[in-house]
Amino acid sequence: MNHQHTHSSNSRELQMARSMCWHCQSEVSGEYFCDRCVKVQPVSKELDYFTCLGFPRRLTIDQHQLEGKFYELSRAFHPDFYQNKSAAEQTISLGNSALLNTAYRTLRDPIERAEYLLDLEAGSVKQIRNSPPADLFEEILELQDTLNEYRAADRASETESTLRAKLQSERKTLEQRQRDMETALQQLFVQWDTLQDRGEATDQTRAERNRILKEMRENLSNRTYVKNIVSDLVSTIG
Amino acid sequence: MTRIVGIDLGTTNSLVAYMADGRPCVIPGRNERTMVPSVVAMTDNGLIVGDSAKEHLTRSPERTVYSVKRFMGKSLEDVKGELAYFPYHLTEQGGVIRIKLGEKSYSPPQISAMILKELKQRAEAHLGESITKAVITVPAYFNDSQRQATKDAGMIAGLDVLRIINEPTAASLAYGLQQNTQGTIAVYDLGGGTFDISILKLKDGIFEVLATNGDTHLGGDDFDRQIADLFVKEIREQHDLDLNAYPDHMQSVRLEAERTKIRLSDELKTTAILDLPEDKGRYSRDLTRDQLESLTMELVERTLGPCRLALKDAGLAPNDIDEVVLVGGSTRMPLVRRQVETLFGKQPHCELNPDEVVALGAAVQADILSGGTTDLLLLDVTPLSLGIETMGGVMSSLIRRNTTIPASAKEMFTTYVDGQTGVDIHILQGERELVKDNRSLARFRLKVPPLPAGVPRIEVTFLIDANGILNVSARDVRTGDTQSLAVKPSYGLSDDEVERMIGESYKFASDDLKARQLIEARTEAEAILMATGKALKQGSHLVGEEELSSIKSAMAAVEAAKSGTDHKAIRAKMADLEKATHHLAEVLMDTSLKEALENKKLSEFSDV
Repeated sequence: MNHQHTHSSNSRELQMARSMCWHCQSEVSGEYFCDRCVKVQPVSKELDYFTCLGFPRRLTIDQHQLEGKFYELSRAFHPDFYQNKSAAEQTISLGNSALLNTAYRTLRDPIERAEYLLDLEAGSVKQIRNSPPADLFEEILELQDTLNEYRAADRASETESTLRAKLQSERKTLEQRQRDMETALQQLFVQWDTLQDRGEATDQTRAERNRILKEMRENLSNRTYVKNIVSDLVSTIG
Repeated sequence: MTRIVGIDLGTTNSLVAYMADGRPCVIPGRNERTMVPSVVAMTDNGLIVGDSAKEHLTRSPERTVYSVKRFMGKSLEDVKGELAYFPYHLTEQGGVIRIKLGEKSYSPPQISAMILKELKQRAEAHLGESITKAVITVPAYFNDSQRQATKDAGMIAGLDVLRIINEPTAASLAYGLQQNTQGTIAVYDLGGGTFDISILKLKDGIFEVLATNGDTHLGGDDFDRQIADLFVKEIREQHDLDLNAYPDHMQSVRLEAERTKIRLSDELKTTAILDLPEDKGRYSRDLTRDQLESLTMELVERTLGPCRLALKDAGLAPNDIDEVVLVGGSTRMPLVRRQVETLFGKQPHCELNPDEVVALGAAVQADILSGGTTDLLLLDVTPLSLGIETMGGVMSSLIRRNTTIPASAKEMFTTYVDGQTGVDIHILQGERELVKDNRSLARFRLKVPPLPAGVPRIEVTFLIDANGILNVSARDVRTGDTQSLAVKPSYGLSDDEVERMIGESYKFASDDLKARQLIEARTEAEAILMATGKALKQGSHLVGEEELSSIKSAMAAVEAAKSGTDHKAIRAKMADLEKATHHLAEVLMDTSLKEALENKKLSEFSDV
């Protein structure tokens, strides 16, 4: 939910790119600090999270490297280190820190990272799926019936415990299903990264790119659907 | 850079600390004690704070405020379940509790400000300089209103509150600095009135909070109540006496319950003794540690749920935790230690004084802010999800709990009706689906230019700063204009009210100062009288008749001045007495008894 708000509004951010120091008006070529007056510069809100953290737009990310970069930039931006600076610098520090924290949180989690990349590459807004994925259709319908029966059954009756056992095993199946989807997603990550590393711009690579993005979107939305069913299941049977 | 002090504003006790040569130190008072009881009493001579106020708990219970932290950022409705436990009178005005003391009513931030002022003066006396800047700690699980109330208290006390930091994270700073710890740690902080659990990752000087949870209404006070309730019940049965009708005795019960609990941390069995009113004699009762543990088991178990939730949010299992640190006086209870050890499967650390470690950490954070320490950085989180009310009374979450702060979220607003000129926004904090189950933080009305429905685009930014406090700003995307928002807190003082209270606090400052000087002079006079009495007992045979009588008359003069209200007169008589005992002291110095008088200031003081 949070995700959606952040991204959709980010695309409506100021389109202006920063190139001059807000303080001494000299050209800024350094990454986050003015070369001349060493004042902290606001991180452009147009900057995507990958660029912000100094990573290429790839889906496989080394967690230790990511954390290291996050710590390094936290030391550069955190308001704790701007207490003795001007009000303008304090405001920039606060804004940069908040942006950095969002960027790190998004890239740290593989699912959020993939959703974010989809958003960047295909401008997709997360779709909320209303019907089960095709290959799970029958199974899910049956599960819904069982859930209803379970909810209607007398507490501590024999029917209840039979249904409960059935739901438990269903839960295991779905959780396995979710893990399978995540494995498939990992493979898509590798495919995406390989394609990007090749850096070609032929019709074939464009088609490949679109296929990967489409499959990724399918995968993510099916996974969310299954995940919601599982949490519903867990909250019902406890 | 002016000095910044670190303050632990506790439910039961408060402390102030500062950084001296790279090491945090707690500042002691004149009596050498580091803790100031968080108690404020209204006396005939004005308001008094701390140890001397504590004496008034049983003397004038209806005019002596303790545990005020429980009321910070709360409405009367929030605390109605425990009103019966407090002897002072509570009312409400504009969503904020007011405490009646004599003719006047005070908000909890005003009472807290009196405690802060006491700490401020203590630091000023110790450091010999004016103190205007502070870092103040709060429970990690405090919501926005409770944090804001704490900040207000600081302002009313004349302090520029540079940072509100979370108690368990402050403790981790002090701890990490001392032990140079790396890895994943859990800080279990059970104080007088609140409980927090924080899971942190310590790496290369970065203290990254992974998750936090807690209960802002669970602590030592609640354990004391279990014991006190038992005493009151038994007294009713055995003596046919309802102590609820005697607020002074109820306070004695509460204090004896607390002492009993404390003794049972070291002993397996103890005896509680209470003098009863109405010539009913005495109530005496043996209590074993086992009995205490069965009385408090349920409460201690209530801390385990938040621990599990914090672990879950951090994505960790109990055995992923490398070290467990105990903070807060209540963690001295063996039951608490056992439960924590069972949950995490390892023996918890308690090398640092659990009463002082939070204040020490606040001093470290103060040093970071002043630029003294540059290799440490604390990355904390917001404890509760922040959201806004949407259609159908549902909360839409904007910033999830355990998000690293500073954190921001943007939301676009538009209109549904042509020509609509405003949009009402209701900000909430909490984890539940429905608005009614969450905490209302504030409301404001967004101004919108009259345009066809759906055309206006107002972008609202919700920013949680490094204090965990919310800031809201709005921008018209079409025009680029920003608009200032009049955000009305649901459970807090308005800016105007805080302003007025700051003014009042200056006005009353001189009265307060007089009362304070008087009390200090009296306390010291008592100490010097006791020490002189002791010296006379030991050495009256060593001096002449005449000298003896001049000492005795000087003592009588101090005694007489002490019952007056002029602190200068008391001090003058004390000086006379010191002169009169000068020779006696010298004589005693030569004898094996010399230590008796030499140490009078230290030892006699702490016994008063």
